[in-house]
Amino acid sequence: MFKFLLQRLATIVPTLFFVSILIFGLQQLLPGDPATALAGEDHDPSVIAYLRAKFHLDEPLYMRYFYWANGVLHGDLGESVRIQKPVVDLILEKLPVTVQLASMAIVIAIVFGVSAGIVSAVKKDTAWDYAANVFALWGLSTPNFWLGILLIMLFAVKLGWLPASGYVSPFEDLKANLAAMIMPAFVLGNAFAAVLMRHTRSAMLQVLSADYVRTARAKGLDERVVVLKHALRNALVPVITLGALAFGELLGGTVLTETVFSIPGFGKLIVDAVFNRDYSVVQGVVLFTATVYITLNLLADLAYFLVNPRMRG
Amino acid sequence: MKKIFLYPLVAALAVFAGAATAQTTLRIGLAEDPDVLDPTLARTFVGRIVFNSLCDKLFDLDEKLNIVPQLATSYTWSADHKALTIKLRQGVTFHDGEKLDAAAVKFNLERHKTMQGSNRRGELAPVTSVDVVDAQTVRLNLAAPFAPLLAVLTDRAGMMVSPKAAQAEGAHFGTHPVCSGPFKFVERVAQDRIVLERFPNYWNKGAIHFDRVVYQPIVDASVRLANLRSGQLDFIERMAPSDVPGLKGDSRFKISRIVEIGYQGITINIGKSDQAQKNPLGRDPRVREAFELSLDRKAITQVAMDGEAEVGNQWVAPNNPWYAKNVPVPQRDVAKAKALLAAAGVPNPSFTLMTPTTSDAQKIAQVVQAMAKEAGFDVKVQSTEFSTSLDLADKGQYDAYMLAWSGRADPDGNLYSFHACKQPLNYAGYCKPEVDELINRSRATTDPAARLKLFEQIEAHVAKDRPIVYLFHRHWLWAYSAKLSGLRTVPDGLVRVQDLKFN
Amino acid sequence: MAAVLTATALPRELTPAQRALRRLARRRGAMAGLGCVVFFVLLALFAPWVAPHDPLATSWSAVRQAPSAHYLFGTDEIGRDVLSRVIWGTRASLLAGLVSVCISLALGVPVGLAAGYLGGWVDALISRITDAMLACPFLILAIALAAFLGPSLTNAMIAIGISATPIFIRLTRAQVLAVKVEDYVEAARAVGNSHLRIALRHILPNVVAPLIVQATLAIAAAVIAEASLSFLGLGQQPPAPSWGSMLNTAKNYIDNAPWMSVWPGLSIFLLVLSFNLLGDGLRDAFDPRHK
Repeated sequence: MFKFLLQRLATIVPTLFFVSILIFGLQQLLPGDPATALAGEDHDPSVIAYLRAKFHLDEPLYMRYFYWANGVLHGDLGESVRIQKPVVDLILEKLPVTVQLASMAIVIAIVFGVSAGIVSAVKKDTAWDYAANVFALWGLSTPNFWLGILLIMLFAVKLGWLPASGYVSPFEDLKANLAAMIMPAFVLGNAFAAVLMRHTRSAMLQVLSADYVRTARAKGLDERVVVLKHALRNALVPVITLGALAFGELLGGTVLTETVFSIPGFGKLIVDAVFNRDYSVVQGVVLFTATVYITLNLLADLAYFLVNPRMRG
Repeated sequence: MKKIFLYPLVAALAVFAGAATAQTTLRIGLAEDPDVLDPTLARTFVGRIVFNSLCDKLFDLDEKLNIVPQLATSYTWSADHKALTIKLRQGVTFHDGEKLDAAAVKFNLERHKTMQGSNRRGELAPVTSVDVVDAQTVRLNLAAPFAPLLAVLTDRAGMMVSPKAAQAEGAHFGTHPVCSGPFKFVERVAQDRIVLERFPNYWNKGAIHFDRVVYQPIVDASVRLANLRSGQLDFIERMAPSDVPGLKGDSRFKISRIVEIGYQGITINIGKSDQAQKNPLGRDPRVREAFELSLDRKAITQVAMDGEAEVGNQWVAPNNPWYAKNVPVPQRDVAKAKALLAAAGVPNPSFTLMTPTTSDAQKIAQVVQAMAKEAGFDVKVQSTEFSTSLDLADKGQYDAYMLAWSGRADPDGNLYSFHACKQPLNYAGYCKPEVDELINRSRATTDPAARLKLFEQIEAHVAKDRPIVYLFHRHWLWAYSAKLSGLRTVPDGLVRVQDLKFN
Repeated sequence: MAAVLTATALPRELTPAQRALRRLARRRGAMAGLGCVVFFVLLALFAPWVAPHDPLATSWSAVRQAPSAHYLFGTDEIGRDVLSRVIWGTRASLLAGLVSVCISLALGVPVGLAAGYLGGWVDALISRITDAMLACPFLILAIALAAFLGPSLTNAMIAIGISATPIFIRLTRAQVLAVKVEDYVEAARAVGNSHLRIALRHILPNVVAPLIVQATLAIAAAVIAEASLSFLGLGQQPPAPSWGSMLNTAKNYIDNAPWMSVWPGLSIFLLVLSFNLLGDGLRDAFDPRHK
């Protein structure tokens, strides 16, 4: 197992290196002179010259990469040109927001997805199964930004039950925070709920036909006990590892959801930064999230490894 | 017996006391997230809205675009108009307690001119030096007379920050700005909110009726409006024109509209690069005239802006005191357009209209495309991201460019950088010595009648050469809670908190 | 008279593919999905004849009109018929879905084959690059690529195609690794077949099934991705009709012209749903263990 861990760790470094090259390249190669873009409407030539010097824009690409990578290794992810805040500060400011959103989304997804999956597996081929499948497919097929806008119009404007947008810190006002986050979390979570539902369903189906379940049934145990105690526990293993990986996937979903609901998290930060040519922000945030994703991947592999006795030794 | 009265009395007192100490917060929804909150470095329009509450300036504008005192009380031009002496208000302090005096003003103006990355350098270029005459008087020396100077000082170039804080923070001043406005900086969460709280020693504290102001950037106009409707915001700027009919009937809200001091126009590459020669519009002024004649400006404003704009043909709006009345706004004339094209030998000219991806620009471009088609033009709408479009325009790699300008108080701010030879915003590449001479003369004299005459002459040239086909001037649409009163509607589109209050 | 011995035809042996297709045909959901996809494809092909109006024809007097007999789905912000634009928009969405996935397949399958088959440092290098691409959130990669290339439908397709490539690399590689150790492959090698021949003749056919499933599901994801990019202003640009860009404009008028967003949104939903149903059906059909 130690060998396995070491092998996996060894792959992280080159992967992160490629991530850095990928995102750096994409940003720096964006069309349009970045200094002109950053100089704004007034287009002052002296400002443009200053920005070119500040960001080493007249130097070759590999030198610029070196400056940036060097900074990263020293813990300096650069500074947002637009508002002059260090990228590290921006990340720390917005991380709790996105983490909260993603966590709420995952919880919603688990609650709806897993239960739908269980119901669908246990009541296979009945109307329940069919309904659960429809729910799953709906979750996967609806564009989340469209769903978000429709929900805002219904719950915020027409009914007035929930705020239309914005974010309140949970430490300031927990109720307002939850009210603001519930819709975006739902929008973000429903696609993942669909995925979870399917995985739960197929895992449950496999397990329900397994020998030890038949034994439990033969013993005369109540069906609910069979399902919840024996089948579910084993079916949940792949589902849990999936949840860890989903965090990275959800980030893509946050891009649109946060834009629609004006939640100041990572997704919105990245989109705005791409359009504003705020390179350091995009590079820093993507590098950070990639590192988190890769780490979670590693942990998920480890967890699977530990849980699955067949892989050990 | 007495106790029965005591409890309700105490309760009532508590309620009143609570109400008296309850904080009044004004929540304003902005259309974008401001950039850095440093008047020297700032470059966005929304930043100026925040500055209005945060940083006072030497002068301000009133509803009729007159210059009125703010940090300065009066001014005098020297006889040769090469020096402007400004008298400062007594007893003004910055948020950190430092005094606002002539030395502070000198520091600020020099900071605007010399700081690395300063966006105010071009605006203050005519100022060669600043002298401290006495503690409350400062003199700006110019190389040559420059009439727009006062208007420049009503914007960011006239904003004064605390020298002590500026020196301490250096380039990072924008993260904790210390100014002298009615509200001081509390916190900023990027893309979420900017929180300001009342500055108790503000010189004009009688005009301030809020304890806190919170600015929330919400890019999507319908979401911004939804926030206003649901009561989370008290005020929103730049409401979408299409939302006006829906809100009009709602007595809880009021709508304000002001004609902007900027414009929406189509810039034509007539000489910025070689591409101007390949561009049918750039080559032949008759083709440009035909293009302008193919457009029905009124219809464009109706369809693309839901009527929320004023048609125009100049760098200032028709209701602006500086509007040159000698050239009327042309009416649509498709027959004449076709005739001109035939005379020019290009019955079906084809060109690309570079259009930023904002929804307004896209709409206008599509309407223009459809209208011009009737005269024989084949307009290709090329959607380009805004940052990229600025760069392409700078390089002259475009035929026509759908560009709006937010506008400056003095018409020179809408004119000089665009139509004078080789100026940074002269994307059209327009260069005519006679026009340059007229523009320079209009900057040099402070006599309004003389300036207007010069503007008329400039307009005669611009209307004929068409480096920019001016289309219209948008309405700034503000929507706000009916509980607010005292709103001052200044055409620069900035929300002013002075005199604004909840009823 | 001798009894005529009628030679009853022996049941023909069906190939695995035919058996799979039979299973597919039995699933109602998948068939409904297929039918819907065919419907959209026909709509896209025959758009010029089916659409009641010119999708680009503006009308100043008919701006944002509610659905009526003349304009069945209503009109948009500059007076164009929404129904015609939805019909013509099918082309953009289908193209976006199909072309993106073709790009992903064209890039991903050979690379995955190479990684799985050749192993060693080639595999290690490709795997690290794939991991790197997968570590960046897909939509963000697509946004950065689309911004880099410029806003247009073609560039959006390229951006989505490239962003989705790592999935196919991984999938192909995993399949190749599984098949590589099979006896018949070793036998083919022993006989002296060239690597290329083995890869194309023996390995590739076994990879096809899961690739088809993944490709179908990827088309669904690509259609949504195109809509997302257009929503941000990076996909098909107006005036050309595309469901995503229609939604981008429609979001400003949800209150006073809801029909502008209902129909394109619904179309995206139906198309994506159909591909998902079809993909699910294919997955179940090719793998009888999944019931």
